[in-house]
Amino acid sequence: MAKPYRSRINRQPSQFRIKFIPSITVILGSMITALPVITDYPILPPMGLLVLLSWRLIRPGYWYVWAGFPLGLVDDMFSGQPFGSSAFLWSLVFIILETLDRRGVGRDYWQDWLIASLSIIFVLVCGMLIIDFQSNFLRLEILIPQILLSILLYPFVTRLIGAIDNWRVAT
Amino acid sequence: MAPPNNRRPGFSKRAQYSIFASYLLGILGAIVGLLLLLISIFDPRGFSALRTIGAEATAPISKTLVEIGSVTGNAAENVSAYFNAASKNAAMKRELEKNRIEILEARSLKQENERLKRLLGLEKEVPDAIGMARLISSTSSSSRRIATLGLGSSDGILVGQPVRAPEGLVGRVLETGPTTARILLVSDSQNVIPVKRANDGLPAFATGRSDGTVEVKPINLGDNPFKGGDLMITSGSGGLYAPGIPVAVVIRQNDTGAIARILANPAKVSHVIVQPMFQAETVAAVQAEQGVGVDGNGTDSEGTEAAGGGE
Repeated sequence: MAKPYRSRINRQPSQFRIKFIPSITVILGSMITALPVITDYPILPPMGLLVLLSWRLIRPGYWYVWAGFPLGLVDDMFSGQPFGSSAFLWSLVFIILETLDRRGVGRDYWQDWLIASLSIIFVLVCGMLIIDFQSNFLRLEILIPQILLSILLYPFVTRLIGAIDNWRVAT
Repeated sequence: MAPPNNRRPGFSKRAQYSIFASYLLGILGAIVGLLLLLISIFDPRGFSALRTIGAEATAPISKTLVEIGSVTGNAAENVSAYFNAASKNAAMKRELEKNRIEILEARSLKQENERLKRLLGLEKEVPDAIGMARLISSTSSSSRRIATLGLGSSDGILVGQPVRAPEGLVGRVLETGPTTARILLVSDSQNVIPVKRANDGLPAFATGRSDGTVEVKPINLGDNPFKGGDLMITSGSGGLYAPGIPVAVVIRQNDTGAIARILANPAKVSHVIVQPMFQAETVAAVQAEQGVGVDGNGTDSEGTEAAGGGE
């Protein structure tokens, strides 16, 4: 079948892709709890957060500072955490990252990974403490496998998001 | 990292204000998030409708994946069963002989038990199952331990009903949607279950530790009577769980009680059974007295109250 004629110059990328693909991928990441994995302890990495951090660090300036709030609310629908915990924690992460960006110093890949790792640890630990501060404070080691898995998975998620980003802005 | 294009606002008032406004919105988002969080901590059922929408939306995906997973899982088991088939066969024959004798003994015990119960007039209708289904997913990325069940209020599932597997207690219904229900698992740290030791009826509480074990605390503080291998079963106090459902086996002592491993591993059980509440009228009475529901936070104050006085 012949391709319809497309201009070779002055092409515009799809506005739908440009505007909505990042949010859609984050929401799909949040839906990882739909996988039929039933465990007795937290082990699955918080994919919504990983995807969001990838976008945020690949494309500084794309997201508004307040974008953590609505995406966090969607994540709360699926995660099982008390409603509002991701909205709160992701907003804090976004404010901190924005402040870092305002410093105007270029970062390299390893620094991005470090920033993402610290954000993941912050969100997971705070998320566990929010549920029950007193009894969970002494049991934070439960989170170690999940934190390690998330940190090691981050580079792969970033590669995937980078590929999606290339497709997103392609004409 | 690509250099961002709008870093320095310079002397433009408009650019400075827009940066300021975006920060303000970000901080506002965090504050609203914190408020929502506080609301949901103090009223855990407040946002259950939203979570139900989430569960219902992803349920078809989960159900399909569960079906595929069980098929492939069974295939792997079938293949591996061919290895060592002969020696396994012999071992199973021996076990069968042993079990046959035990079954005969158990049958006679059961008859005697029924006869004695009739004598005492204790014959109570055995709680039958409301429904049987698979657990289709769980909150594996959060520290809460809540699983989703493929049955909902349209199948007659009500909030508070106990959920069990043949191996033991799995949890209780926390929220219901039309075709899904969310199950608070035994291992959740907010789940408190009145239990007793199987051999002497020593009353205790089992609290989840979010890692496949529960913490067992005796009601009579002061001594620590637990030792490894003690079987903990539900005591029936509080009227929520029928008595005699196995819950956990003690693996070691700690300073206030014991740590016990949960018998029904929700990752392994294939199907779970939803049972009616053991004594719904007791639960209702305790709730009316205390003005609380079988709330999502699951502090189980009703169970605490009744078990403390009832034993």
